[in-house]
Amino acid sequence: MKKATLALSDGTVFEGYSFGAQIDKTGEVVFNTSMTGYQEVLTDPSYKGQIVAMTYTEQGNYGVNDEDIESARPWAEGFIVKEHCQYPSSWRARGRLDEYLKRHNIAGIYGIDTRALTRIIRDKGAMQGVISTTGQDAAVLVKKAHETPGMVGADLVKEVTCGAPYSWNEGLWGLGDGYGALDKIGKRFKVVAYDFGIKRNILRNLASSGCDVTVVPAFMPANEVLAMRPNGVFLSNGPGDPDAVKYARRNIQNLIGKTPIFGICLGHQILALALGGSTFKLKFGHRGANQPVMDLTTGRVEITSQNHGFAVDEGSIKGLANLTHINLNDRTVEGIAHPSLPVFSVQYHPEASPGPHDAQYLFRRFTDMMEQQGAGV
Amino acid sequence: MPKRTDIKKVLLIGSGPIIIGQACEFDYSGTQACKALKEDGYEVVLVNSNPATIMTDPNLADRTYIEPITPEMVEKIIERERPDAVLPTMGGQTALNCSVRLAEAGVFEKYGVEMIGAGLNAIKKAEERELFKLAMQRIGLEVPRSSQARSIDKAIEIIGTMDFPVIIRPSFTLGGTGGGIAYNMEEYRDMVRYGIESSPVNEILVEESVIGWKEYELEVMRDRKDNVVIICSIENFDPMGVHTGDSITVAPAQTLTDKEYQILRDYSIKIIREIGVDTGGSNIQFSVNPQNGKVYVIEMNPRVSRSSALASKATGFPIAKIAAKLAVGYTLDEIPNDITKKTPASFEPTIDYVVVKIPRFAFEKFPNADATLTTQMKSVGEAMAIGRTFKEAMSKAVRSLETGSGGFDKKVRKDRHEPEFVPTDAELDLIKARLKMPSGERLWFVCEAIRGGLQIEDIYRSTGIDPWFLNNLKDIVDIEKALFWQFKSTGRLPEGLFRRAKEAGFSDASIGALSNKSESEVRALASECGIEPVYKTVDTCAAEFEAHTPYLYSTYERPFYNALEGTAPRSACEARPTKRKKVVILGSGPNRIGQGIEFDYCCVHCSLALKEAGYESIMVNCNPETVSTDYDTSDRLYFEPLAFQDVLSIVEKEKPLGVIVQLGGQTPLKLAVPLEKAGVKILGTSSDSIDMAEDRERFDHLLERLKLKRPKSGIARSIGDAMRVARSIGYPVMVRPSYVLGGRAMEIVYEERRLIEYMTKAIHASPEHPVLIDSFLQNAVEVDVDCISDGEMTVIGGVMEHIEEAGVHSGDSACSIPPYSLAKGVLDGIRHQAKLLARELKVVGLMNIQFAIKDNEIYILEVNPRASRTIPFVSKAIGRPLAKYATLLMMGSTLKGLGFTEEITPAYTSVKEAVFPFIKFPGVDTLLGPEMKSTGEVMGISRDFGAAFAKAQISAGNRMPLKGRVFISVRDEDKEDIAPVAMELFSLGFKVVATSGTARFLKENGVPAECVLKVAEGRPHIVDRIKSREIDMVINTSFGAKSVADSYSIRRSSLDMGIPYFTTVAGARASAMGIKAMLKDGLDVKTLQEYHSTLQTPNTK
Repeated sequence: MKKATLALSDGTVFEGYSFGAQIDKTGEVVFNTSMTGYQEVLTDPSYKGQIVAMTYTEQGNYGVNDEDIESARPWAEGFIVKEHCQYPSSWRARGRLDEYLKRHNIAGIYGIDTRALTRIIRDKGAMQGVISTTGQDAAVLVKKAHETPGMVGADLVKEVTCGAPYSWNEGLWGLGDGYGALDKIGKRFKVVAYDFGIKRNILRNLASSGCDVTVVPAFMPANEVLAMRPNGVFLSNGPGDPDAVKYARRNIQNLIGKTPIFGICLGHQILALALGGSTFKLKFGHRGANQPVMDLTTGRVEITSQNHGFAVDEGSIKGLANLTHINLNDRTVEGIAHPSLPVFSVQYHPEASPGPHDAQYLFRRFTDMMEQQGAGV
Repeated sequence: MPKRTDIKKVLLIGSGPIIIGQACEFDYSGTQACKALKEDGYEVVLVNSNPATIMTDPNLADRTYIEPITPEMVEKIIERERPDAVLPTMGGQTALNCSVRLAEAGVFEKYGVEMIGAGLNAIKKAEERELFKLAMQRIGLEVPRSSQARSIDKAIEIIGTMDFPVIIRPSFTLGGTGGGIAYNMEEYRDMVRYGIESSPVNEILVEESVIGWKEYELEVMRDRKDNVVIICSIENFDPMGVHTGDSITVAPAQTLTDKEYQILRDYSIKIIREIGVDTGGSNIQFSVNPQNGKVYVIEMNPRVSRSSALASKATGFPIAKIAAKLAVGYTLDEIPNDITKKTPASFEPTIDYVVVKIPRFAFEKFPNADATLTTQMKSVGEAMAIGRTFKEAMSKAVRSLETGSGGFDKKVRKDRHEPEFVPTDAELDLIKARLKMPSGERLWFVCEAIRGGLQIEDIYRSTGIDPWFLNNLKDIVDIEKALFWQFKSTGRLPEGLFRRAKEAGFSDASIGALSNKSESEVRALASECGIEPVYKTVDTCAAEFEAHTPYLYSTYERPFYNALEGTAPRSACEARPTKRKKVVILGSGPNRIGQGIEFDYCCVHCSLALKEAGYESIMVNCNPETVSTDYDTSDRLYFEPLAFQDVLSIVEKEKPLGVIVQLGGQTPLKLAVPLEKAGVKILGTSSDSIDMAEDRERFDHLLERLKLKRPKSGIARSIGDAMRVARSIGYPVMVRPSYVLGGRAMEIVYEERRLIEYMTKAIHASPEHPVLIDSFLQNAVEVDVDCISDGEMTVIGGVMEHIEEAGVHSGDSACSIPPYSLAKGVLDGIRHQAKLLARELKVVGLMNIQFAIKDNEIYILEVNPRASRTIPFVSKAIGRPLAKYATLLMMGSTLKGLGFTEEITPAYTSVKEAVFPFIKFPGVDTLLGPEMKSTGEVMGISRDFGAAFAKAQISAGNRMPLKGRVFISVRDEDKEDIAPVAMELFSLGFKVVATSGTARFLKENGVPAECVLKVAEGRPHIVDRIKSREIDMVINTSFGAKSVADSYSIRRSSLDMGIPYFTTVAGARASAMGIKAMLKDGLDVKTLQEYHSTLQTPNTK
């Protein structure tokens, strides 16, 4: 058992054991409270630049497979768990979690008190950290953590977005069927999806809702997007500070009023900025699969999957957009809609993966919106 | 949506006595519901026949009916109370079934009572298998293929279309009663017949078997705005085929990918909507094919359940409380999460630990019962443990079971030292057989299989237990091996390995056994190495929000430090002991026969009394069903095993004034001496007094000194000894091992031959422990006394005259307050002796004494210097909370100060009756004896003994007939005594049917009796007539092995047919009094509060 150390910028040092890749990694240390879906978490590009601690203690139980991925590769810098399983048990398993991390050069540490770590982050806020197996002096590692740049002001979109446009042809996953073919669904709506670090399940949801999706790089100017004559534009999730992605904000400003728009997570935040609102960094964010959100238009509560460290300032959007969804835990903004135009967004993840499917109706809301604009008829 | 204001008064139906499949969890849920409704200003009317519940405490509901939960009696309550609504979902299957019958009979409609929570249609859709199947098909979900049958012929037709094995499930039964798995035609026929008989609607379902599939449960909640949340997912360790109540279960689900888990979640939401449970909680069971993930829906309970209680304790989310609030109109987002205070209940708990529940069985009490686990529940209790990892939780769960095992003890070649071994062919066969057969011991055999070198793959093939669980057990065995060999080769335990063992939940005792050390040496060594437990909080949210409720469990975590602040490494402990005066209460652990809800009741009262008196109460218990493990009950809850090491660590952390051991039954009492030796103060009666009462020789000296009588007795350490002692005392004798609970292995021996047999068995069972031999007082009246003392003064709580004669275990006997036949002189003598003993033993708190009265002589049978099983019954009979009083006395109050200085003799009669699990164990005899067999009890209160006894019988499920045929067959010694009973029944209009001998005797004594054939005499015989429902009541006493064997089929068929039967003359006599009372004046209903208002008020307060 190779020893590993986790050092935080506040000086906290945890000593555990290494799994995955035996390399040093730095990043913002955050915790995720979802009890299932570690592979989806690892492959979510929004975790770029972050070291993820899972609060549930037994990880890797069902191994890894070729299906439960949200992008082409894992993006998290490091993975922190109490216990990792070396004998996965699932008919779907194709490998072990530690091998997977090793293959993708992700540093892992296990055997530490992840609950104590969570409480530190909860009380002091998300902070920079380092996972190391080099046996360096703790003070050196703390210094290294301290010197790691934070999330505020960081444009991480440019590191995860695709290089060139591509079209998407995979539907939602079904037991026994895998990812569905789309023949029966048809392609009623032409949608351009900005890739700020998009999760594949968003694309699968769009495709299964009848959208012919073209994914485009985050930098693509609005006029090029409009030239593709989409029925609607989708703004994806992604990592980092929304305020730092100025080019995306400008593009969105040029799209508002010209086409229906639907944004998720970072896409939602940049949309709010484009409308004139502002965003701020949450103390430790929302990451998990149990966050209660109320749809203010219906009064219904949905249990949602979330992964964000920034949020839209409610006061800043007054008069610019309507508040449509709020988080019932801390009353923060979870969804907005333009007062008159077919433009809306949510902070959370209706595509789930991992997490509950309660909010899947939002994809339908998007296609309905496009239909009202005369598309897909 | 705020709460409804059109409802003012709510009827809450409880679940009745503790039986297999329905235990304390419904006291927990009912108590929560009651509190929640009262908090919102509703008037709560409660009915429950179980006096040992917290919910029936007179100050909990507004009006408390301790009455039978039958449609007839509940209708009387409705007529009297006129509630606006009934909440039928809190009292298990009993309340649900009763509500369905009342609804179908139009009673709710007649009195304008609305069913809240779940309506009639939803209940029927969930409970009636055919309707459920159609509902599932409508929403596109699959259920195992199945067909219904109401006859053997139909069942035979069905089996033509299916392959064995098949599952037989009777409709509308509790805990799968009457169900089973048939592997061949012969078994199938038997099970079909039994199943149809067990079902109240004579209907069974024959179902395609999914044995070996994985089993999951989801706990779902819905509000009236149609918000649905999942509270907890549970994965069963044992695969399909074992009732979930008998399975080891684990939360959260361990081996599902998110995609698969979300399928179950989506299905659950669809199901609760389709079934139409308006508000509240439901439990939904699924089976999942481990090869391809295919999902079948197994069943749904449209109510709170054993699993919902477990889920509440596992997550910290109080399902029953929230369900009650939802039933009166709140929505999830309007209810705050108690634990975080700041967030709403409309979320899904997430946990950062693993929970393991393990069932506890009582097969040793029923030697003829089949110990194979099937779809019919057989366990009598359960323990739950929390650990940060599965290994830790599993090890703690095993320790919590208190079956004398500190861990995964050896089952094969038990005397070997090394963990691993090479099994002989015979041992291998044994292991393989025990792997294939699900039983309460299979877990231990899995460990033996691993130690014996079997491959995980092979163990999986034999057991169907997911390899993830098996590999975790293998990790545990690997640690065992490392500990053993490391110590053997180096003579020491490396710190890293030691820590790893502790993290995996190893007890000090099991580490000691592997390293040749005592438990205390291991403890000291751990402390030296800084390996000490820390406590973490159960907070519903994995620490995302701050928790305000101190609900704690222990674990071992590695230390960490702050390099900038220069702090020393330490492990994070969330226990925050206050500086207040505080007391630790030790609970009673998993329910078992002889130790159940009664002790939990006492512990809860203790906690409440401490809080009222200004002390901080700290509860330690590991039974997830109970009220004591509700995080609301005490100031702090430690959900921990009641083992010495775990308790001592808590005491060291909390530094209480002392520990209360006398209210949780034998479990904490056993810890009194070791805890005191470790420097812990025991509050109340001293451990020396406890020892004096428990130690046979010391106790005998005491009685001699006080000149009190006890049956002649002796101790035997060999067969020769036993024969000599028995001869000198004279047969019959009562024999038992020296240390027993609930009359374990106690027997009345009438002859030497049987004594020799017994001694061979008993000595073999426990070589170091001697056997106690007492003279058995035949036909003596037994009396139980509960008294309370402050060290100076003693007050009698209640004198209970048993209905069954001495020789029937006191826990199995019905009894009456006040006594109904004993002379005043005898009673005064009993009171005098009780007080004398309390004074000599310097009792501070409660004491229970059992007496036998023969020819007006008083004999002392047993003294227990602790709360007894009857404390809740006595407290409710006399209207005084004895356990609370006892607590205050232990904290220094006096009886004078409490205003309780005189015995209370109510003008009404209270009868307690025991309830038995025989129906769950086909082939087991129902005769009573010195070994306790009952799982629960009921209480009947009325103006006189007859009516109170009748109510108790009805509550216990004995449908007392008002007319028809009574069958009487008694042994010769009883003929004289039974004649007047027969005469009474005859004059009440019953036809008397008897076997030839009894019939002749009765005729000679003026009772016309119809003669019926004994089973051996040809057909149609008495059993035929019982089965064709021609007999309405059975009175049958027997004596001697042959007679008992001959009459077995009579008792068993009566039980199976639901015909009331009495196996003692005293019981028969009481039943005649009961029937007479029912015929004369009928049975009325009255609240406990009304009964108590007739009692004299306390002198002072």
